Amino acid sequence: MFLAWRELVFARARFGLMGGVVALIAILVVLLSGLSSGLVNDGVSGLQRLPVNAFAFAEGTQTDSAFSRSTVNVSQATAWKGRDDVGDAAPFGITLVNAKATTEAGAQVPIDLALFGVEPGSFLAPAVSDGAGLGDLDGIVVSQTVLDEGLAIGDTVAIDRLGTQLKIVGTTGDQRTFGHVDVAYLPLRSWQQVHAGAGPGDEARAGAYEEVTAIALRARDGDQIDLTGGDAAAGTASMTLDESFGASPGYTAEISTLTLIQVFLYAISALVVGTFFTVWTIQRKHELAVVRAMGASTGYLMRDTMIQATVILAVSTAGGFLIGVGGGAMLATTPMPFALEAGPLVFAALLLVGLGLAGAAAAVGRIVRVDPLAALGGQR
Amino acid sequence: MTTGSTSRRQDLHPAGAQERGGLLMEGVTLSLGDGDATVTALDDVDLAVAAGEFAAIVGPSGSGKSSLLAVAGALTTPDAGRVLVDGVDITRASSREKARHRRERIGFVFQSGNLIPALTALDQLRFALDIAGKRTGGGHDPRELLDRVGMGHRVGHRPHQLSGGERQRVGIARALVTRPAVLLVDEPTAALDRARSDDIVTLLAHEAHGFAVATIMVTHDHEVLSHCDRVLSMVDGRLSE
Ligand SMILES: Nc1ncnc2c1ncn2[C@@H]1O[C@H](COP(=O)(O)OP(=O)(O)OP(=O)(O)O)[C@@H](O)[C@H]1O
Ligand SMILES: [Mg+2]
Repeated sequence: MFLAWRELVFARARFGLMGGVVALIAILVVLLSGLSSGLVNDGVSGLQRLPVNAFAFAEGTQTDSAFSRSTVNVSQATAWKGRDDVGDAAPFGITLVNAKATTEAGAQVPIDLALFGVEPGSFLAPAVSDGAGLGDLDGIVVSQTVLDEGLAIGDTVAIDRLGTQLKIVGTTGDQRTFGHVDVAYLPLRSWQQVHAGAGPGDEARAGAYEEVTAIALRARDGDQIDLTGGDAAAGTASMTLDESFGASPGYTAEISTLTLIQVFLYAISALVVGTFFTVWTIQRKHELAVVRAMGASTGYLMRDTMIQATVILAVSTAGGFLIGVGGGAMLATTPMPFALEAGPLVFAALLLVGLGLAGAAAAVGRIVRVDPLAALGGQR
Repeated sequence: MTTGSTSRRQDLHPAGAQERGGLLMEGVTLSLGDGDATVTALDDVDLAVAAGEFAAIVGPSGSGKSSLLAVAGALTTPDAGRVLVDGVDITRASSREKARHRRERIGFVFQSGNLIPALTALDQLRFALDIAGKRTGGGHDPRELLDRVGMGHRVGHRPHQLSGGERQRVGIARALVTRPAVLLVDEPTAALDRARSDDIVTLLAHEAHGFAVATIMVTHDHEVLSHCDRVLSMVDGRLSE
């Protein structure tokens, strides 16, 4: 501790440079973490906020496009509902549509919507923070993000080509999006009509009112659903909620790209810190030999270097995170998918410091190999 | 260690030379290198330096002088023989125990001071006390000691702000601050001019006597030998008076 602190101050330019690199990496980590959280929100917050443990899709649908490809029969919900570990099961429909909203002032606003078709009385029906819940066939409950874009409860939305008129009756009060598109809940029957391509007043083709995208499953309290057994009985192919995220548009590609970049950043950070302390140790080889000849134990010297690493990492990570969070807070107000969440940020900070310490620890091992004998004579 | 350390503790004034163990080497042999390149660096060396005695070792390059310091200072383990510092046998100690012997019983003065660049003169001494676990007692007062070696006006200077002779003075104070029983000095005047060399060796003689430290100095500088109590010469690993 005696030497560690004085050396930090004495070699502040060198330590400062390394700390600067770590701080820059920390800023990037914050921004990428915010971007990841933002993309997750934009991609699957509509699914995350459903009170659902798993989805049962049609047998044989491709995993990565299940939400757009799968069609199951509402009766399959009954098969699932009868199982012991299933608390509730309800038919669920998803369709992406283009629409035009008309505001009270009469302006026409183009808007994309992810229509979530749910039975108004089922456990899937959304709780509303403002306005009314699902009920009327033409009433929709929308994500708060729709209102943030300038629409209001009472405005009407006309689906392109079909001309179906829907009316915003309520909002969930939070962000619910799916594949970067705002979610609008509507009664299952209306959804089936839109899904089948039937315009207002038309009767959809036979069987359309039997079809949904998937069966949403909720486990009985404290139970784990036996998906394999249920699939065999109901003739479906089910995924847990988390697995189903991969079935929403673009999600897997976006997240894996960002994850890859972050993994690289962590690796770079650990390498930078490890390299710095390797060079730092080599530079001080003669000095370390002198100190060891004076009788300092290797433990004493390693502890000193690890204290230096801890101080530098903690200060630079904290600094980088402060700047990153400050900048991120500004980004969060833009339409960019960006969200700062405490959990992932704390995890990222700990990981950055932890990996940096691991890098330093790898370098510090060299101290053991410094021969105190080298302090004798003029061998510099 | 018991009576000796309590009486030494009082102040900077000389303590009775006979209380301390000094250095004893018996039949010490050391071979370096291996295979065809094996060199007998120390060949059956016997040496006794009493507390308060200032001995010099001279000899041609490669004769084994540094090797002798390394063995006496618990940096190298000899192949045969034994080494006692202040009555304690350090010959077969583990490397961990050797480090402890070094910080508690042995002081080194290196060729060019070998001070730590980050530390002021005062902190060099405090650091030595910190390593030896003697910051709260058991060592000398660092300020008083710096004063004594004529560095009282430079306590806040770092090595790069000191002259070669001043660095060497701080190096000597650093070696003494932990109250070692044995002081091992490796060519202290190699980087100094005539007058400066004389000052430094005079200082070493003064402290060796004053603090009752058994002191061995390796040197190539025959001009300074007049300050020493004893001069030994080393040729091909063999030591003679
Ligand atoms: N690591 C080593 N491996 C092999 N031989 C060594 C090693 N270190 C020193 N020697 C040899 O041991 C002998 C004694 O070396 P030492 O350094 O003790 O000499 P010295 O008297 O201090 O010389 P100088 O006056 O040049 O400093 C020399 O012949 C040297 O070549
Ligand atoms: Mg030598």
